[in-house]
Amino acid sequence: MCLAIPIRIVERHGIVGIGEVGGVRRQVDLQLLDDVQIGDYVIVHAGFAIQKLDEEEAAETLSLLSELISGDS
Amino acid sequence: MKYLDEFRNKAAAKRLASRISSEVGEGEVTLMEVCGTHTMAVHRYGIKGLLPPNIRLLSGPGCPVCVTSNRYIDKAIAYSKQSDVILTTFGDMVKVPGSRSSLAREMSRGADVRIVYSTTDALKIARDNTERKVIFLGVGFETTVPTVATSILEADRMGMKNYFVLSAHKLIPPAMKALLDGGELKIDGFICPGHVSTITGTQVYEFIPRNYRVPCVVAGFEPVDIMQAIYTLVQQITRGIAEVANQYRRAVRKEGNPKAREVIYEVFEPSDSDWRGIGVIPQSGLMIRQRYRKYDAEANIDVEIEPSAENPRCICGAILRGVKEPLECTLFGSLCTPEHPKGACMVSSEGTCAAYYNYGRQMPKKPEG
Ligand code: SF4
Repeated sequence: MCLAIPIRIVERHGIVGIGEVGGVRRQVDLQLLDDVQIGDYVIVHAGFAIQKLDEEEAAETLSLLSELISGDS
Repeated sequence: MKYLDEFRNKAAAKRLASRISSEVGEGEVTLMEVCGTHTMAVHRYGIKGLLPPNIRLLSGPGCPVCVTSNRYIDKAIAYSKQSDVILTTFGDMVKVPGSRSSLAREMSRGADVRIVYSTTDALKIARDNTERKVIFLGVGFETTVPTVATSILEADRMGMKNYFVLSAHKLIPPAMKALLDGGELKIDGFICPGHVSTITGTQVYEFIPRNYRVPCVVAGFEPVDIMQAIYTLVQQITRGIAEVANQYRRAVRKEGNPKAREVIYEVFEPSDSDWRGIGVIPQSGLMIRQRYRKYDAEANIDVEIEPSAENPRCICGAILRGVKEPLECTLFGSLCTPEHPKGACMVSSEGTCAAYYNYGRQMPKKPEG
């Protein structure tokens, strides 16, 4: 039930955002987050954006990963 | 899709598996994935099959539908039978068997139970049906509670008189503490729930390494996330370190989501709560504060229920404590299936029994002893 997915916000009308995921648009309530901008990715759970995704942190995690597994054949 | 595909890289997951194997050595290691969404991912992506045989993954109590007590379900069923009530709920709750019936069965007998995707939908139903009482089944952890709290604040702003919440909300850290204190299990490390942590932050787990010397890693839900979290746990264990690490940094900040927590605690206050399989855990639930009592279903709508009873053959409770696995249940896969669940752990897709059933191609190791 804690399923939540990354969605890109493509429109914003006050606290109501329109998110897009895999070509499908859906309404996302943005009131639990401050300053969500159009183009931001957010984690959406039960219709509400509960956190913004941090691009730099994602890149960092992936670079840690490639460091970790490089050197293996 | 961005933020998903790069964490589903199979080759990377396999390489992590070989790193884990060489790191862990010979010793037996027992890890618990607390969250049901992790349980589902573990089975879906065949994580157990990638791990060396001496690493055991146990499912924990992090499936909200599963840990909801029969008493709560019985109460929801009783409400659904009242002709002036519309019961609104997330879909998973409908099939959960209570002591004598289920919401699905009551629906077939004419009860007005509506599955909603969000509390916003439930509020809309209340606005469109002002002559009826609309009850939302408030089941869920820290991830879900802010969305329910928001709906109560919204109902309050709009002066609504027919929207109510039946709250069985629960908090994860007290349940982890109860498992550790229960002493039934030796847990060497916790994979902590990623989406609960988006709200709580990572500090809520600090007491676990501090007081119990058990490492914790907050993890995302893709296979690479989970493997990376396991690698970090194994590293801590073999090196004798115990701390809280955060693998899911792209979504989880140390401080969590303070705005969401503010909304939670505006509306709710901690209370004792009854968990299936574990019993009452002090301060592990959330009840509606006095100020918002007019939105509390229990405080406003009378209902009578008979004493609750458990299905004596269902071992879902022990599974939620991590002490048994679904294959030890004599009903598993024969009399109990996702289509005809006999217990809560078979209903929700993140229930442990459902995960074993749906992804049965990867049968788990038989538990020792
Ligand atoms: S298989 Fe069904 S009856 Fe057995 S423990 Fe799981 S939910 Fe209960």
